[in-house]
Amino acid sequence: MSTKPVVATSSEVTLSRRGFFMKLGILFNGLAAMVVAVPIVRFLLSSVARGQENGYLSWVRLGDVTNFPEGETRMTTFRNPFVMPTDGKTVNTACWVRRISGNQFQVFAINCAHLGCPVHWFPQSGLFMCPCHGGAYYRDGARASGPPERGLFEYPYKIENGVLTINAGQLPTPGDPVASLSAERPSCA
Amino acid sequence: MRVITKIGEWFDHRLQLAAPIREAAGHPVPRNTASWFYVFGSAALTVFILQLVTGILLALIYVPSGGEAWSSLQALNHQVTLGWFIRAMHGWGSNFMVAIVLIHMAQVFLFGAHKYPRELTWIVGVFLLLMTLGMAFTGQVMRFDQDAYWGLGIGASIASRVPIIGPAVVKLMLGGPIIAGATLSRFFALHVFVIPGMLIAFVSLHVLMVLKLGINEWPMPGRIVKRATYEAQYHAMTKSEGAPFVPYAIWKDMFFAAFIILAVAACAYYFGPFGPTGQPDPTIIQTAPKPDYFFLWLYALLSLLPPSLETPFLLIGPPLAIVGLLLLPFLSGEGEKSWKRRPIAVITVLMIAITLGTFTRLAQFTPWSPHMNAWSGDPVPDRYIHGTTALERQGALVFQVKQCRNCHSIDDTGGQRGPALDSVAVRLTRDQLIRQVIQGGGNMPAYGNNLSPAETTALVAFLETLHPATQSPARDAARDLVLSESSPKPATQP
Repeated sequence: MSTKPVVATSSEVTLSRRGFFMKLGILFNGLAAMVVAVPIVRFLLSSVARGQENGYLSWVRLGDVTNFPEGETRMTTFRNPFVMPTDGKTVNTACWVRRISGNQFQVFAINCAHLGCPVHWFPQSGLFMCPCHGGAYYRDGARASGPPERGLFEYPYKIENGVLTINAGQLPTPGDPVASLSAERPSCA
Repeated sequence: MRVITKIGEWFDHRLQLAAPIREAAGHPVPRNTASWFYVFGSAALTVFILQLVTGILLALIYVPSGGEAWSSLQALNHQVTLGWFIRAMHGWGSNFMVAIVLIHMAQVFLFGAHKYPRELTWIVGVFLLLMTLGMAFTGQVMRFDQDAYWGLGIGASIASRVPIIGPAVVKLMLGGPIIAGATLSRFFALHVFVIPGMLIAFVSLHVLMVLKLGINEWPMPGRIVKRATYEAQYHAMTKSEGAPFVPYAIWKDMFFAAFIILAVAACAYYFGPFGPTGQPDPTIIQTAPKPDYFFLWLYALLSLLPPSLETPFLLIGPPLAIVGLLLLPFLSGEGEKSWKRRPIAVITVLMIAITLGTFTRLAQFTPWSPHMNAWSGDPVPDRYIHGTTALERQGALVFQVKQCRNCHSIDDTGGQRGPALDSVAVRLTRDQLIRQVIQGGGNMPAYGNNLSPAETTALVAFLETLHPATQSPARDAARDLVLSESSPKPATQP
């Protein structure tokens, strides 16, 4: 404004005093917002943060090796190691166990590598078929046909005292197959 | 009467709302907008209010807990008086809302209402469409059954494909490592608090702008929109030949609103509530999850796209479509409004409608999905094995037991993933059949590892019988020639 230099000093003083408090007020609120924002964001992203440290994965027992006949593929279920009180039945997870021979196994996630629908095993034709979009996989989990871009997800496994144990705890998705991340993780009971 | 007036005056002295309401109700609108084409916006608002009311009623009983949601829906369906009806109203209301919003959008676009000065109204409308679809998807999750469970898995699988941040997005979406109680809770928060709150704010803005800028006049071919002159022309028009919105135009909105509410109620009464289907127990895998009808087109698309195109399409397609819709009023903010002089606009709308309609229809049949029970449920019809040799019958058995029927139909029963095999012998020679069975190809898995040579021989012998009586099976003419010529002069190998 062109009148600025001739404004009376007294009004300028009051104005800047008000202005000062206004700015102080904004600063004070900014500080308060920061103090509240940090816990809010950490709360919101807690599920992400925990996942990044692989905090969801642990070794899960699937049962005695003798439950799985050699040369066959069978469905079995386990309880997801990470449980919340409101989960209900959703923590029950299914997977396909293929015992090739002896202690050689393949444990496949139930979820299709296309969009996560539950795949079915057909021993007669030796195929896994998906009911949703028509993906099909061979007995070793390799992609056979349909929209999936890869084979079935596999859980890392080990055999402890004759018990088949897999490293699981997280929904495998095409962008996050999980298994490869956890292959070298040590056992945590 | 005098008391009521007094009370009214007492309130208005404090609220001071009567004058602006009267002004809004009586604002002049172009006479030609009092049309049955102009009722879809208010119809969408009507259904939205209906959804708010029925939604609140459902929340009186519904429990957003992974362990109890399904049984609380059962209680609504079977235990609570008229719970089934309120659920059905809410479910059908959501179908109607998506449909009406889409019709409203198409109408507004074809009438050029997105042009100057109503660009922002259109943009807010695009966000309203996205929120409506967001409500539809989160609403499907509220019906916490098998479809909801596996639908979330599909959502997570799509989200995971975003480069770099995909895995983090999945955990944020699921609220944990798997689809579970926390997932339902956060979708409940989105469905009940976040998106409705945003919807109310954006709907208010949308309606406010319609009031401030005036309803789009009926487009006349040749009447060109120009930034410099449009508003003056519009005001002159409403002044000279306008009529007050109430009651001149509103009665059609009111009739249509009542009609829509009755239509929702009628559908709810006759067809009943949607689901819930089986319990959300991921160990029960005997299910073929399907989305609700407004996402069926996407379901079809995800089945039909070539695998390599799918991720780029999913990640680039929707943002591109949204940006295109948002930029539309800036790219064509002026010029002709009438659809009679905008052939490309008409063709675009028709093409989108036909594409979505076709995909939706296809998704009702799901020809791409194997019929999991066809091999054990659909027997080979008698006439196909009548008068066949022992080998061919053995082949029919292999055909059945190896689940060929899950993907291939004969006599119109069986899967449609692969081609029907009623006349396969006309298309493929014996050698081609053997090759296709053993090596697969196209969309067919290779069966070389799962069939013994004897089984393959039998199967192909059976397949060779599959041709219409009037058509002879395919044969390799060159091979016949070589075989017939081979006796006088033996073929020499180079």
